[in-house]
Amino acid sequence: MNGLLDSLRGIGARVIDSIWRMGVATRFFLMTLLQSGQSFRRFHLIIREIYSAGVLSLIIILVSGLFVGMVLGLQGYETLQTYGSEEALGVLVSLSLVRELGPVVAALLFASRAGSAITAEIGLMKATEQLAAMEMMAVDPVARVVAPRFWGAVISMPILAALFSAMGILGGYLVGVVLIGVDEGAFWSQMQAAVDFREDVLNGVLKSVVFGVAVTAIALFEGYDAPPTAEGVSRATTRTVVTSSLAILALDFILTAFMFRGV
Amino acid sequence: MSDNLIEIHDLSFAYGKRLVLKGIDLTARRGQVIAIMGISGGGKTTLLRLIGGSLKPTSGVLMVDGVDMSSLDRDALYHLRRRMGMLFQFGALFTDMSVFDNVAFPLREHSDLPEEMVRDLVLMKLNAVGLRGAHDLMPSELSGGMARRVALARAIALEPSLILYDEPFAGLDPISLGVTGNLIRRLTDTLGVTSIVVTHDIQESLRMVDYVYFVSEGVIAAQGTPDELRASTEPFVHQFVHGEENGPVPFHYPAPPYADELELAA
Repeated sequence: MNGLLDSLRGIGARVIDSIWRMGVATRFFLMTLLQSGQSFRRFHLIIREIYSAGVLSLIIILVSGLFVGMVLGLQGYETLQTYGSEEALGVLVSLSLVRELGPVVAALLFASRAGSAITAEIGLMKATEQLAAMEMMAVDPVARVVAPRFWGAVISMPILAALFSAMGILGGYLVGVVLIGVDEGAFWSQMQAAVDFREDVLNGVLKSVVFGVAVTAIALFEGYDAPPTAEGVSRATTRTVVTSSLAILALDFILTAFMFRGV
Repeated sequence: MSDNLIEIHDLSFAYGKRLVLKGIDLTARRGQVIAIMGISGGGKTTLLRLIGGSLKPTSGVLMVDGVDMSSLDRDALYHLRRRMGMLFQFGALFTDMSVFDNVAFPLREHSDLPEEMVRDLVLMKLNAVGLRGAHDLMPSELSGGMARRVALARAIALEPSLILYDEPFAGLDPISLGVTGNLIRRLTDTLGVTSIVVTHDIQESLRMVDYVYFVSEGVIAAQGTPDELRASTEPFVHQFVHGEENGPVPFHYPAPPYADELELAA
């Protein structure tokens, strides 16, 4: 009987803990938004973060985009030629990338490359008392450290997703048209006719903005909340990648359900 | 203007239900170097954080420069902190900035000074700690003692009236330790600031401070000038000053009888 009560108590404590943590995370997110004014007044702070989150992620995003597009080209061609419609390869590649793979895969890569770096950096700043030192100098770390990183990453994410899709389409073109010999005119003209700017491209951009906010908010909170030890920072970094990957996939399902229902 | 920069009266502080400090009385006059000493875990750093406003007292009075710390909101606290500098145990320099940018940080954040003037001020502060020549190094290129001196230059950048030092001597070689001690004394005298030094380096402290408070188990166990403490016969002070193994602070962590534990009794 006591064992049962203890385990019930344990479950209850974990649930309360999780809800408490979600509340703290939400308050932290709102504080970040409230303290964002300074970042925009001193835009060079954001530019620096666009460099570390965006520019430094370019290689992995561009190379992955190219390979994903090349694989789509190969797989798509195999399936489409069964139905004699290999000219539709351009449509298949571009729609898959612009609607789904571009935003989702770019966000997953962004979470592992930039999200983990943000968590580790902020966690270590906390562990080495740099954030406490800033507070003692009457400088709010949320305004000076957290908010510029948030906006830098949120601005970078849709641009990276767009570049991922563009490279993917290039990869599909290289495999489909240059390597296999699908008709070039059909490849581009069918793509142009089938991809709608608002329905497909803008919705894809909107998805990547939402993923950018989710990944960055998780990465920043995990770093700021990390216990100030080597183990604490390492766990927080792992949690950032796991939580934000799950958040991206769950959000993608919800957003897709709203955006493309009945299309 | 009162002669005392810090006045603490009957201050208590608890983390949740655990009482860490009880009935603390402490005064620091302007221009003095005050040491807060005691064994690890005795509440020294907590007291320093209370003075810096990172923690709020549970009860009692804590006045810094005539301002009651428990009544401050965040903006007022940040305003007061512009008159405080703090040296953290390992310097807490911003690792992504050069030595120059670290010292320039508070100036750039809190003033609209032209960059030429910031440059002159930074070089002056670095010169005061003997590291003008190191201004374009990164923190990773500095030794522990140098990093602490840069952090000290950063702490005095806004010309504070109070400087708090958290374990400034921990982990330093004897030369750096002497240099840091002399620097604290010299800066206090030339800038006319008040310095509060949390440390357990007794010999260095007795050499350069004006007054010492011993904190043990959350209370002020003893206090006095360095000469008074050297001459003290009070067991706790005597054990601490002479670094003896046995005394009121036991060598052994509380444990059941040794013989029982080794099952030798039977």
